[in-house]
Parts: sequence; C-alpha cells; structure tokens
Amino acid sequence: MDGHQTISAAAPAAASPGASKRRRSRRGIGMTAEQNGAAFLFLSPWILGVVCLTLGPILASLYLSFTTYDLFNAPVWAGLENYRRLLFEDPRYVQAVKVTFTYVFLSVPLKLAFALAVAVMLNRGLSGLGLYRGIYYLPSLLGGSVAVAIMWRQIFSYDGLINQILLWFGIDGPSWISNPDYALYTLVSLAVWQFGSPMIIFLAGLKQIPQDLYDAAAVDGAGPVTKFVRITLPLLTPIILFNFIMQMIGAFQAFTPSFIISNGTGGPADSTLFYTLYLYEQGFTNFQMGYASAMAWVLVGIIATATAIAFMSARYWVHYGDER
Amino acid sequence: MIRQGMPFWLVDVRPKRIMMHLALIAGAVVMIYPLLWLASSSLKPSNLIFSDPGLWPAKLRPQNYSDGWRGAALPFGVFFRNSFVISGLAVIGNVMACSLVAYAFARLNFRFKRTLFALMLATIMLPLHATLIPQYILFFNLGWVNTILPLIVPKFLAADAFFIFLMVQFIRGIPRELDEAAAIDGAGPFRIYRSIILPLLTPALVTTAVFSFIWTYEDFLTPLVYLTDMASYTVPQGLRLFMASTGVSAWGPMLAMSLLSLVPLFVVFLIFQRRLIEGIATTGLK
Repeated sequence: MDGHQTISAAAPAAASPGASKRRRSRRGIGMTAEQNGAAFLFLSPWILGVVCLTLGPILASLYLSFTTYDLFNAPVWAGLENYRRLLFEDPRYVQAVKVTFTYVFLSVPLKLAFALAVAVMLNRGLSGLGLYRGIYYLPSLLGGSVAVAIMWRQIFSYDGLINQILLWFGIDGPSWISNPDYALYTLVSLAVWQFGSPMIIFLAGLKQIPQDLYDAAAVDGAGPVTKFVRITLPLLTPIILFNFIMQMIGAFQAFTPSFIISNGTGGPADSTLFYTLYLYEQGFTNFQMGYASAMAWVLVGIIATATAIAFMSARYWVHYGDER
Repeated sequence: MIRQGMPFWLVDVRPKRIMMHLALIAGAVVMIYPLLWLASSSLKPSNLIFSDPGLWPAKLRPQNYSDGWRGAALPFGVFFRNSFVISGLAVIGNVMACSLVAYAFARLNFRFKRTLFALMLATIMLPLHATLIPQYILFFNLGWVNTILPLIVPKFLAADAFFIFLMVQFIRGIPRELDEAAAIDGAGPFRIYRSIILPLLTPALVTTAVFSFIWTYEDFLTPLVYLTDMASYTVPQGLRLFMASTGVSAWGPMLAMSLLSLVPLFVVFLIFQRRLIEGIATTGLK
C-alpha cells in the first residue's frame, strides 16, 4: 500500500546489518525520549487547541446546560430545569425541531437522488465530462454563501424569477418566501440545488466498479435497468451510506440560508426556524447561555443518535465487497 | 466502450448518446441559470429585475455597482479588505498548523499515538454548535470579542482537524525511504519535515489552502457572533447589513454586490477546479 509496508515486506529478504538497522528506524524516528519530545512539539498547537477549544468547551457546555447563565453574572445551578423547559414548555423549540427534521429528511434524500442520477449519466464516458461536472458542481461551492441566499430570496419572492416564468404559463404563483406553507420548501430546494459534491463522491465510486461485471452481465442478457439495480446500486451502497451521513450531519447544522431568507427571524410564522437559528437567538440575542447550551447538547445527541441508527441499519442494506 | 477524452465539440452521433447529452445540457442550464440571471440582473434597473426573467438586459444600469459599492453605511471596500485579511490568515494558519500535526501523526512515534489519533478523528465529526457557546464565553473573557482573533487563532491551533486527516493520508503515500535516507545523513525530524515532507506535500497543502479560503470567506455564523463593530464586518455581514438597511428599495445594487462577492470564489473555482474535485473525491470533503 504505502512506502511503509513495502519496506517491511522487503526487509526479511535482505539479511544484512544495514537492514536490521533500517527496520529499527522504520518503527519510528521518535523512539527515544528526546524524539518523543520532538513529536509533542509538532503536536503542541493541536493539543493546545483540542484542550482549550474542544474538550474544555464541551465539558463547560455540559455544565452550563444545567445552569442559568447570562454571560455577565455567575452561572446559577438549575439542575434539569433547562431540559424540562425545552421538552415541555417551549413550543418554539418543538417547532424548531419539527422544521429541522423536515428539512433534513426531505433535502438529504432528494440531494442524494439527484447526485446519484447525474453521476450515473456522467459515468457513461460521454464527451465533455469535465465541463458538465464543473457546471453541476459549481452551485455546491457557492451555495453556502450569503450572496446565494439573497439571490434565492429574490428568485422565490412574489415578483421573482420563478413567478415570472410561471406567468408565461398563465399561473399566478404565490409569494413562496412569505407564505408559511412554502417557505421551508424554498430552503429545501436551495439545499438540493447543491448536489454537486456528493455527486463527485458518487462519480469516484462508480469509477471503482470493474467493467467486467457489466460485461459479464451483458453476456447473461442483462439490460441497463438490471445492471443498475443488481450491480451499480449494491456496489455503491457504502458510498451512499457515507454521503447520507455526511450530508445529514451538515443539514442538521444549516444556518445561513434560513437566517438570510427569513431575515434572522425564522419566519414567516416560525416556518423556517431552524434548530441552529433558534439556538443562536437564545444564546446570542437573549443571552440565555445555559438554555442554549442545553439546546446544543440535545442537538449533539440527535446527530449522534441519527448517525448511530444509520450505521446500525448498514448491515441490512450496505454491501461491503465480497461476502466475508 | 468508453469514449473519454473525446473533445466535446466532436458530436457523438449515436441517438442514445445525443439524448443523454440533451438531458445533461438541460440540467446544466437549470443549474446555472440562477447564477447567470444574478449576473444579468445585477446590471438591470430595479423594475426590470422584477419583470424580465431573460438574461439579456433590455436596459443597462451599471450604476448598480457604484451605488452598491458605496454600501449602506460603509463602502464595500472595507468589507472586502476584512474578508481577505481573515481568509488569508486562516489559510496560513491551517496550512502551517495542520501540516506540523499531520507530520507527527503520519511519521513520528510517541506515547498515546492511537488515542490521540482517534480523538483527532472524533473532533472532525463534532458539530460546531457543541462548542460554540463556551468558546464564545472563553473569547469574551479573554477580551477577544470584536477582534479577528476568535476567527484566526483556532486555525493556528489546527482546529480544522479535517485538514490534518487529509494531510496524514497524503504523507502516508510518500515513500519512507526518503525520510530514512535523510535520517541516515543526520537530519532530525524538523529537517525531514521541512526539506522532504513539506515540498512533497504541496498538492495537499494547495487543497487545504483552497478549501480554507472558500470556507472562511463564505462563513457567516462565526463573524456574526464575534464581529459586532461595523468597521470589522466581513463581506457576508456587509451584504446582510445592506439587505437589512435598504430593504427592497435597492435590489439592483444589492444583487450587484452579491455577484461581486461571489467573484473571488468563482476565480478560485476556475483555477483550482481539478484540485477541488480531487479533494472531494478522495476525502469526501463537504
């Protein structure tokens, strides 16, 4: 695989003193205490970062989630009060959870379906692959920006691009952005528009599928649909799982589009109140840092649970190479 | 079977292929139309933005750009300068810190290596919001709120572990004989890092630099939380300010500035397209 293993395979054959010396050095340039120290010097920025910016804050946020804290006065212990409020007394929180789940479980499957469909088409060895791939990928590069969210807001406004086009067909479209029934779907469409990066991962996966499988299937008289269902899809399942998990984790944390399109309110009528938007509002507008920390912990729990479920479901549908 | 590498203007005449091309072209038009429409609308007078869905402006209004550049309260030049300073420093921080750490994980032996490596991988999956609030409290108590430090210092502490992982994978592919030859010549780990690994790591460094730039430049949440003084706003904040203070009255100038804010990303895309696509395909980056 890499240089490391090539050497260890070659070493026993060369029974010279030089070889044994090399084998020792191979096990690590930093075997001595001095070199152990050198390694930690290299690691020092990251260790400082992990302690101060990750592990410390995680513990602090767990503690804060059991307190009432406004940043200016010392935290006051409140036990499970924050969590109780979240679950039983805060309808806006429940709304934020609903909105976020709807967004995640609509946008992620749609995004992956488009990504897979286009990747399969692009993998047919058509000419102009690079150009197509570039165009389909571009939206996912720009899509997270405020500029694109502003553009989306205009496109779906009452006199925006979509309704101008609908007017050609005699349809008088609604104001998508300011109608609580539709606003969330404009955000879903913005997410689906950015299917380019999972598409590229699918393309890389499709290239790994050996051509002989398709040739053998063709000999047996398999048509394109059979080939797709019996060869392409099963062999891609590990990548589908990977893309699903990565996109899901990202979608749970979506913030910018709803902030810009709803002007920071999550409106109309809280119909685009993403979890992260509500967390931001509680933490940084209302300075309810304890309450927001509890929200952050529940979000971590939700994401961890959803990821675990996806992994556990893998044994029922993900195909890992030859059955071992 | 596979006809890759054929120039796209040489039309492949098999009907099935033509159908596929037509479908792909139609899809590509749908994908790219909003961006083309944005470019065209940024040059239209406001009344045409809301009545003409076509791409060719019937009437040009280049003043959208000068009006927009003047901004709502501060000129956009300020926001662009802030954004470039922050993104540039973030690139430097990520490239330096992550390559040092990746070298240690890929090549050196030290105590707790496995545990620390697992910890590093775990931090990649950790949602940003788990640490957002306590980090804010930390930076607040350090007096760093409303400075660029909270946006920059984490990069110099290799907080974007994804890039460490990317570089570790890359370094593992560099033959160890090179290190060993240098070690026999008496080079220590720092010399090996600097004169052997770093030059060969260039492709991964470029990928890291490109993604660091794009993500930092686009980031909205972190500046929103930490940069409260208008003079230190980044471009996304500037756009948001413009939108909030002019409302619907100045769509032309606002779309002009939106388009302008995408230009640096577009340029990076054109130059580094191959690197970006490789980076995503090999690591599953965002």
